[in-house]
Amino acid sequence: MSDPRSIVSHAGWLTTEPPAEPVTLPASLKRAPSGVNELMTEHLVVNMGPQHPSTHGVLRVLLELDGEEVITGEAVVGYLHRGIEKLAEHRRYNAVGTLMDRGDYVTGIMNELAFALAAEKVAEIEVPRRADWLRVLLSELNRLASHLVWYGTMGLDAGAMGQFLYAVRDRENLLDILEDVTGQRMMFNYVRPGGVVNDITRTAEVKIHRFLKTIDRYLDEHDELLGGNEIFQGRMRGVGVISKEMAVAFGLTGANLRASGLSFDVRRDRPYSAYEEMKFDIPVAEEGDCYARYLVRMAEMRQSVRIIRQCIDGLPEGDFTAKVPKILRPPAGEAYAAVESARGELGVYLVSDGTENPYRMRYRPPALFALQAGEALLPGVMLADAVVILGSLDFVLGEIDR
Amino acid sequence: MTLLVGILRVLAALGLMLANGVVLIYMLRKVLGRLHLRLGPTELGPAGMFQTTADVLKLLTKEDPTPTHVDKVLYFIAPAIVFVPSLAAYAALPFSSTWTIANLDLGLLYTFAILSLVPLGVVAAGWSSFNKWSLIGAMRAVASQVSYEVPMLLAALPPVMIAGSLNMGDIARAQDGFVWFWLPCLPAFLLFIMAGLIEVNQTPFDMSEADSELVAGYATEYSSMKFGLLFLAEFSNTFIFAALLVTLFLGGWNLPLIPDEILFGIGAPVIFLIKTYLVIFVFMWIRGTLPRVRIDQLLAFGWKVLLPLSLAWVMVTAVGVKLWPVLLGGVR
Repeated sequence: MSDPRSIVSHAGWLTTEPPAEPVTLPASLKRAPSGVNELMTEHLVVNMGPQHPSTHGVLRVLLELDGEEVITGEAVVGYLHRGIEKLAEHRRYNAVGTLMDRGDYVTGIMNELAFALAAEKVAEIEVPRRADWLRVLLSELNRLASHLVWYGTMGLDAGAMGQFLYAVRDRENLLDILEDVTGQRMMFNYVRPGGVVNDITRTAEVKIHRFLKTIDRYLDEHDELLGGNEIFQGRMRGVGVISKEMAVAFGLTGANLRASGLSFDVRRDRPYSAYEEMKFDIPVAEEGDCYARYLVRMAEMRQSVRIIRQCIDGLPEGDFTAKVPKILRPPAGEAYAAVESARGELGVYLVSDGTENPYRMRYRPPALFALQAGEALLPGVMLADAVVILGSLDFVLGEIDR
Repeated sequence: MTLLVGILRVLAALGLMLANGVVLIYMLRKVLGRLHLRLGPTELGPAGMFQTTADVLKLLTKEDPTPTHVDKVLYFIAPAIVFVPSLAAYAALPFSSTWTIANLDLGLLYTFAILSLVPLGVVAAGWSSFNKWSLIGAMRAVASQVSYEVPMLLAALPPVMIAGSLNMGDIARAQDGFVWFWLPCLPAFLLFIMAGLIEVNQTPFDMSEADSELVAGYATEYSSMKFGLLFLAEFSNTFIFAALLVTLFLGGWNLPLIPDEILFGIGAPVIFLIKTYLVIFVFMWIRGTLPRVRIDQLLAFGWKVLLPLSLAWVMVTAVGVKLWPVLLGGVR
C-alpha cells in the first residue's frame, strides 16, 4: 500500500519517520515476473480507479501489466478520508454513532455497536437484556444486507449482472425493516451507549416475519444463480489463495480468515451483547481461494437468518435502554471493544479523560487488512483475476479511509 | 435501371439495419429489465417505445469531443470500419426464397469474409484512442476473434456439406421437407452458437468491453454518434449472426410440416424474422444471467476443445454425407 499520508495528513506529519518495511511475503507469493525479454516489450502501467467500475468506491490500484498479467499492484487509499477518528474527539458520546455510521457505510449498526460497547465499558453502564437482543437482531439484519451487497457486487466483478438486482431486491426488504426500526435506511444512529434509541415497532416485527418466510428460498436462488454457475466457479476456484499463515500474518479476520481454514469469530470467541445466548455455527472453508470466501459468506447468511429467527422469537421484555445521563461523562480510563462486523473484527479503542468528549477514539477497520492481503495477492495474476480477488475480499473504502 | 435497383437494395439494407437497431435496443432494455426485476423504459410513448428514438436523437445532437493525442485519422475511420462490414453483411441473408438483397452463390463465404473485417475496426478504435483500457480491449478482441473465427467457419461447414451449396438460400431450401440441420449437426450447432457469441462480443464472452475490468474496452474514448455507430454495428452483428444461425441450422424461413409453396409472399420473411428475434432473445437471456469467462480460459477452450471438436465433426459429417445415399439405397 502506498504511503497515504500525502492525502490524509496535514503537512506537519510528513516530518515523522516513514513506516517500517512491510512484512516480507511467503515465498510462494513471489512469482518471478515474466516480462521484458528478447522482444522489445514494455510494461503497461494503468490506474484502476479511483473511478473504475469495479473498485468498490474510490480505491485506486496502480497496476503494472505485462499484457494481461499483473506484475505489481499498489493500492492507493485515502480518497474517502474524512477524519472520523479526529472528529470523534469533538463529539459527545451520544453523537459519535453518526460518525461510525459513515465509516463502513454498509454495516452501520455494527459500527455503532462497537463504539457503544467501548463507551459502556469506560462508563461502566449495564445494558438491559432487551437492548442487547435488539442490538443482535439489528446487527444480523445488517450483516445480511451487507453480505447481499457483497454477493451482488461479486457477481458484477465476475461479469454477471442479473444476480445483482436479485440481491438488491432482498436487501431492499432488509433496509425497509431497518428503516422501520431506526428511521434511516443506512445512517442509522440507532445504537447509543446504554442501549438503543427506541424499541422495535410492531410493523417491523411483521415485516421481519414476512421476510423470514421468503429468505430461505431466495438464498437458495442466489446460490443457484451464481454459486452453481460453472463459469463463475471457473473464475473463482484456485484464484487468490490465502494460506493460513498469510491470513494470520496480514491480520485478516472475518469471513476472509475463516475461508482460509481458521475458525475465529468474535461473536463466539469473545461474545458481546446477547451472542452467548444464541445458537449458530461458524462456517469455515479450507481452500482459502475466492470460491471458499464465497461459500463462507453464503453460509454465514444462513446463520444470520438463524440468529434473526431466535432473536425475534425470544425477544425478552424490558427496557430498551439503561438510564444514561443526557451528557455522558465517563470516568477517565480506556477500553477496547470489538464486534464481528460483516467484514471481520471491528474494534474500537476509546480513551476517556472524564470530559463529555472522548479523548481519543481509534477504530480498527477489518477491511484495511483485507485490502493489504489483496494487494499482496496481485502479482502474477491476470487482470480479470485481480478484479475478482479484490471483489472477493469484501472491503468498503469508507472504512479503510475513515 | 440496374443502378437504381442497386441503390434501392443498398437503401433497403441500411433501412433494415437501422430499424433493427431501434428494435433491438428497445428489446434489450425490456428483456434485460424483466430479467432483472425491473420494468425497463416506461415513460416515452406507449410502454417506453420511443426511448430509443430519444436516445438516438441524444447521440446525434451531443457534442463530439475528440480526446487529445488520439491518432486522428484512425480514430475517425474506426467506427466506419466497424459499421460498413456490418451493413454489407445484410446483402446475402435470405429472408425467403425470393427475398434476398443479393442472391450470391458464395453468400455464406461472403458474409464470413466481410464480418471478419469487424475486428480490424475494433483494433483501430482501441489503438487510436490513446487509452490503455481501450488498447487492452482491442488486443483481447483480436485474440478472441482470431481464435474463434476458425471454429466458427468449421462449425458452419456441416450444413454446407449436407446442402451442397454455399448459397444461403439453397441451404435454407435444403431444410424444407428435411429435418432442420441443428439435429444432424448438433455439435456444430452448439459450437456455432458459442463462436457466434464471441464474434458478436456478448456475455459470457464480451472480452473486448468487459465493463468490470476494462471500463468500456475499445469504446471507452468514443462518445456521441461515433459511439452510436460502434453500438449500432454491435446490434446489427447480433442480428446477422442470429440470422445465420437460423439459416444454417434452424430451417431458415421454413416451418415444420408446411411445405415451402404455401409460405409464399410475405409469410416467409415474417417467419424468418420471428425466428431470428427468438434467437436474439436467447442471447439476451444469456447476457442477463451469466458471468464472464476469463480471457485465457476462453482461448484455451477455443484452441484445445472447440477446434479439434469442430474438425472432428466436419470429418464425421463428410463420411455421413457420403454414406447417406448408400444407406438409403440399402434400405430400399
